[in-house]
Amino acid sequence: MRRSALTVALAIWALAGGQWLWGQTEPAAPEPPGNIVAVDAPNDEGQAVNISWQKSPQDRNEAADFFRYRLERARWPHGPWEEAGIVVGGRTEFQDTGVQPGQSYYYRIISLTPGGQGVSPVVGPVVPKAQWFNASRLNVLILTIIICFLIIWYIERARKGEQLFIRKIQGLDAIDDAVGRATEMGKPILYSFGLGEIRDIVTVASLAILKQVALRCAEHGTELLVPNWDPIVMAAAQETVQQAYAEPGRPDLYKEGNITFLTTDQFGYAAGVDGMIVRQKPGAIFFLGYFYAEALIMAETGHSVGAIQIAGTTAITQLPFFIASCDYTLIGEEMLAASCYIKRDPQLLGSLKGEDLIKAALIIGFAALAVFGTAAAILNNAGSPALWQIFQAVRNWFTTV
Amino acid sequence: MKKEIPLLITFVTGVIIVIAFFIPHQPFGRMQEKLLIWYSIVLGFTLLLGVDSLVRSNLTKISRRQPGWGYAVVLMAGFLICLVAGIASLVKYSSIIALNGPFMYVYTYIIVPLQATMFSLLAFFIASAAYRAFRARTLEASLLLLTAALVMIGRVPVGAEIWRGLPAIQDWIMEIPQMAAKRGIFIGIALGTIAMSLRVILGLERTYLS
Repeated sequence: MRRSALTVALAIWALAGGQWLWGQTEPAAPEPPGNIVAVDAPNDEGQAVNISWQKSPQDRNEAADFFRYRLERARWPHGPWEEAGIVVGGRTEFQDTGVQPGQSYYYRIISLTPGGQGVSPVVGPVVPKAQWFNASRLNVLILTIIICFLIIWYIERARKGEQLFIRKIQGLDAIDDAVGRATEMGKPILYSFGLGEIRDIVTVASLAILKQVALRCAEHGTELLVPNWDPIVMAAAQETVQQAYAEPGRPDLYKEGNITFLTTDQFGYAAGVDGMIVRQKPGAIFFLGYFYAEALIMAETGHSVGAIQIAGTTAITQLPFFIASCDYTLIGEEMLAASCYIKRDPQLLGSLKGEDLIKAALIIGFAALAVFGTAAAILNNAGSPALWQIFQAVRNWFTTV
Repeated sequence: MKKEIPLLITFVTGVIIVIAFFIPHQPFGRMQEKLLIWYSIVLGFTLLLGVDSLVRSNLTKISRRQPGWGYAVVLMAGFLICLVAGIASLVKYSSIIALNGPFMYVYTYIIVPLQATMFSLLAFFIASAAYRAFRARTLEASLLLLTAALVMIGRVPVGAEIWRGLPAIQDWIMEIPQMAAKRGIFIGIALGTIAMSLRVILGLERTYLS
């Protein structure tokens, strides 16, 4: 009898979902987030709206209590609504990039929890607009104007006939020696742009050096090989070399087949260049352009055949490999200064002097800021935060978004 | 006119790109993206020029039995195999990169291992280059050797086992003197790039026009 009563009681409890023993209840529907603000995103083409809100009271960063917010967008306040995005609990910002400039949009946010959903009031209209100036880049604009002004100023000074001193760049001075050595040995010269594209400024700079090398090759009757990774660079290199051979009156020596396309595959290109180096054993090799991991593979192969090697790149990770493997290395800006250095044109040299002046100003500025920042940090630790705040403001001004 | 028109195009394009960097409003907004699309189209056509150059120079080498013509035969055979495999994949699977197509077979079992082989050569080349760079013949080379040894040993777990200060020394070398030199080069490259770009836009630098 007792056992039957217990069985009946358990069955009733089970049917009731086991809730009456511990007083469990269904989770309540959540409240929606509050204080929703939707504004046009600044400094863009009018293709984004920034939405921020205050968390729903149920949003306590506990996955069991709260799931997420669903942001909905509509062209009219009564809908139809479409999903603009889903944001996990705990976050209070979202950028909607699915909008068109000049059109009105309304937003609402729905809190989604296991207990149901809470729909916020509708906010809007928001009209995303394209801005005429990206204010976050004001610092870049000011610095660009100053830098360009100084460079143009020095170009003008050079144009007026002022003598400008430029330090020696050994790697560029060695070009004639390298070509001469290859000529004496009766060996060809190999020139590589690496994996640079024509839109890379270092490739444009390299074309100027190629012209100088090709001029010397034409004068000495030395064969010049230019294997290419990029077909546009190949076309530009063919034009440059052809022109260079024509200038001293030796267009007959130009062979289009020597300036070829190899492949657009990185290691395929390295294998192709290595094959040419090993088979044709060039007397001089120029690696001038943009390089990645293939730099050392090619430079070490060139070293193994005893070629005099001149390298130059703006790829900072490859510079140590070139310095270890090559006879001369143009480091970063030296590569970009090559055309001015080779041509010795006063206007071009003027731009180099302008660049040097800016560099000097930057060194002084950095040193002054380092001293100022250190002093500000010491005073901040001592309880005087004024200088530290000024330092932070200066630092933030230089930070681009 | 042969030089003036390209110089004018360069000037206008350069100025537009600079303006577009600061003005997001149409017609400047996304101008760079549009020009990059044009660049890709031009690149597609010049790829044909590249293939033409590759095929012609290698066929010439084969027909004239120039030194190393056997390698040109291998290259042309590889070129044709890839071409046929690509066309077969396109015809049979409507995509060149269909996973079970013949082109992907060539890519997975021939091209990828060849790339890996070339890349793995780097380990041996690093060893030979490091050997030459670290020979302690001068004071500078000796300092380089010492610094490199400290960095290398500080980066592996055994370094900390030998002496707990080694990882800290390695961190200091990488974060202070190494970073300072690197940033100095970066600033030089940035200024050089601005000056070079200005020379190209103003038409002072014309080498790229031949």
